[in-house]
Amino acid sequence: MKDEIKLTVDGQEVTAEPGKTLLEVARAIGKEIPTICFHEATTANALCRICVVEVEGMRVLQPACIVEAAQNMKIQTRSEKVVRARKTILEMLASTMDLSEAPEILRMMDEHGASHERFPDAERREVPVKDDNPMYIRDYSKCLLCWRCVQVCADDVQYTYALSFDGRGYETQIGTFFEKSIPETTCVLCGQCVGVCPTGALKPKREYLLEQGMSPQEISVLNTGRKKRTADKRR
Amino acid sequence: MSEIDLAPLRTAIEAYIPLGRSGLLPALHAAQNVYGWISEPVATEISRSLGVPLVDVHGVIEFYSLFYNQPVGKQIIRVCTDQACALKDADGVLRQFCSHHGLEPGQTTRNLALTIEASPCLGLCEQAPAVLTTDGGQWTIGTGSSESNRPSSMVYGLIRSLTANCGNGITSLASYGNYPALAKALGMTPEEIVDEIKASGLVGRGGAAFPTGVKWEGAAKAPGTEKYVICNADESEPGTFKDRILLIDDPHRTIEGMLIAGYAIGASRGYIYIRAEYPYILPVLEHALNEARETNLLGENILGSGFSFGIELRLGAGAYICGEETALFESVEGKRGFPRVKPPFPTTHGLFGKPTVINNVETLCNVPLIISQGAAEYRRIGTEKSPGPKLFCVSGDVATPGLYEVPFGVTLRELLEMAGGVVDGKQLQAVLFGGAAGAFATSKHLDVKMTFEDLRAAGLPLGSGVVMVFDETRDMRDILKRLGHFFAHESCGKCYPCQIGTQRQKEILDRISAGRVLEGDLIRLQDVGWTMTDASLCGLGQTAASAVLSAMKLWPEIFGRIKAEG
Repeated sequence: MKDEIKLTVDGQEVTAEPGKTLLEVARAIGKEIPTICFHEATTANALCRICVVEVEGMRVLQPACIVEAAQNMKIQTRSEKVVRARKTILEMLASTMDLSEAPEILRMMDEHGASHERFPDAERREVPVKDDNPMYIRDYSKCLLCWRCVQVCADDVQYTYALSFDGRGYETQIGTFFEKSIPETTCVLCGQCVGVCPTGALKPKREYLLEQGMSPQEISVLNTGRKKRTADKRR
Repeated sequence: MSEIDLAPLRTAIEAYIPLGRSGLLPALHAAQNVYGWISEPVATEISRSLGVPLVDVHGVIEFYSLFYNQPVGKQIIRVCTDQACALKDADGVLRQFCSHHGLEPGQTTRNLALTIEASPCLGLCEQAPAVLTTDGGQWTIGTGSSESNRPSSMVYGLIRSLTANCGNGITSLASYGNYPALAKALGMTPEEIVDEIKASGLVGRGGAAFPTGVKWEGAAKAPGTEKYVICNADESEPGTFKDRILLIDDPHRTIEGMLIAGYAIGASRGYIYIRAEYPYILPVLEHALNEARETNLLGENILGSGFSFGIELRLGAGAYICGEETALFESVEGKRGFPRVKPPFPTTHGLFGKPTVINNVETLCNVPLIISQGAAEYRRIGTEKSPGPKLFCVSGDVATPGLYEVPFGVTLRELLEMAGGVVDGKQLQAVLFGGAAGAFATSKHLDVKMTFEDLRAAGLPLGSGVVMVFDETRDMRDILKRLGHFFAHESCGKCYPCQIGTQRQKEILDRISAGRVLEGDLIRLQDVGWTMTDASLCGLGQTAASAVLSAMKLWPEIFGRIKAEG
């Protein structure tokens, strides 16, 4: 190929097509770079920084999910700096939210020898479950702010604009207009946000109720509300 | 709740409707001036008028500290509790206000007459302790008897070129002169101007020290006809107040610098983005822009040259991150101030995705000097690698805090002597260089020359020119605690290292300051600090641990031995 790019990844010489990200280049040669916020269906924002790699000549670590391979680039995917950053980010996440339903991140923690108890006395982000619509629940104690739900709700997929952010910094939380319940927002219950949530913060209502110990029978009784409303309308 | 009359809102935001989303921050400010806060029906009306999704209006209100979606007092007293003010008993001042009105910080009186808030740096560090009181569209600065609606400007130093017109109130267009440097520039080609700026060796004065001429060249060569010049007046680095003085005393120098930049890169529009904590600068700038328009120094076909340029003002709303260039673009575009990933860089993809030059106020103020006298003459002061004049914001425990203009190359010792030395004959303990995002120096650095190259060699950042002095009696742990709180408050929350790291750093620094250190806190603090430094998305996170890490090197004994001894 004409415009092929030559670079080295952990000392190994690699060729890549122009426009390929470092993540794609690394994965093509079987080198695993962990990712959290990255998702094929959403615009990569390089938020989680778990995919950072060391690029020779660059002052700071570079996110592999968006940085494109360049001629003669030398990258290290597991340098001391990279490992310290990844491990610390994982430990900080564990000190912040409930990762119990994020198996991929738990596995990443094991692989990096990251401790769940690294930050004692840390203020956690804990909020009650929001159960305000018939389709899904929002448990933001499990939310790690990957932004995917906001993105699919907006310009990446659905153009519905039901979700944005409350607060700023550590206080950031996914939110609706003046904390409205989902049925009062522009939400069309498309379910895209539930589909891309990596941590179980967004979950189908039925799955949630089953986990709460309700039987399928009890759950189907809950759904009779719909029939009644139709009847009311007709009257 | 009674129905809100939306008629005054419609009048107040009418001018911003054609701007669409980029009119969002101005519209929210206008709404808040009418109602004091932004209620649901008001936000809904703004959303409808500007065509911005409801939830995005909400997200923007939530992001900026100075937008309120709950009722607040008609009058708001903001007491700065950052480093320089803390040295002058800011905590005591805040307590006094609170106990006098029976409130806690952050609370509002039941009749919605008054709110009292602790505030991040108000940019009034040389007149600490700083208090800013707003009341509708009015404001006062200072406490009790020393109140004024305009901060005083204390300007000193060895030279007066950038500050030639500072220290004596507002400089009118008549006394500034009809932009002689612009007239000269319009007789040059844009390439000649870029070459002159490059030859001058001017680098950015906002903190990043990027070569200005190279930046201009990049934007000038970038394809496209729609380009922008932005003056970054979101001066929010704790300890920095130089841009405040330049803008309020000599607004035309900045405007002239922007015009020359616009001509050089082929832009016809510019924005001045000012932090909301400087409300008193807005009318000064509005007046100066009008003076320039009336004299055809701004607008269509300036001085018959065929060059046209317009300038709009934008007011921030309480977010340090918006001083970061790409976050500032987002803010002008009516969004939450999240920094963008770079590349692409502003010179090709800046405001509205168009080629943009964004320069700090002080940087722009150097431009008329360079064009008027020529690069060679400009370089006669300063050093080979750091040519020209430099402003230093000296605050803290010195006899005469204020703005000091000196040639690059004076030593720290000389600068401190100019400022009358450490106050009350005490010994120097430390100097915070470059602001919250800077690093600490000690008496062993007194003979370091204040240039980019010498400071870099000494491991100190020049940053935005902050020189904050701490005497021997100061508890550095308290200073560090406040740094921790500042960054945790100002992190935008976008990338994980900074979003969580600033919080964890704050928690550990709180423990250190309180003498409740846990085993392993020192390593924990280092790991968090280096992770933020190495892996954060933007300059805020990358420098949020800079001062802490420098303190750990200088004074390891103040971190973490308390518990072990007990």
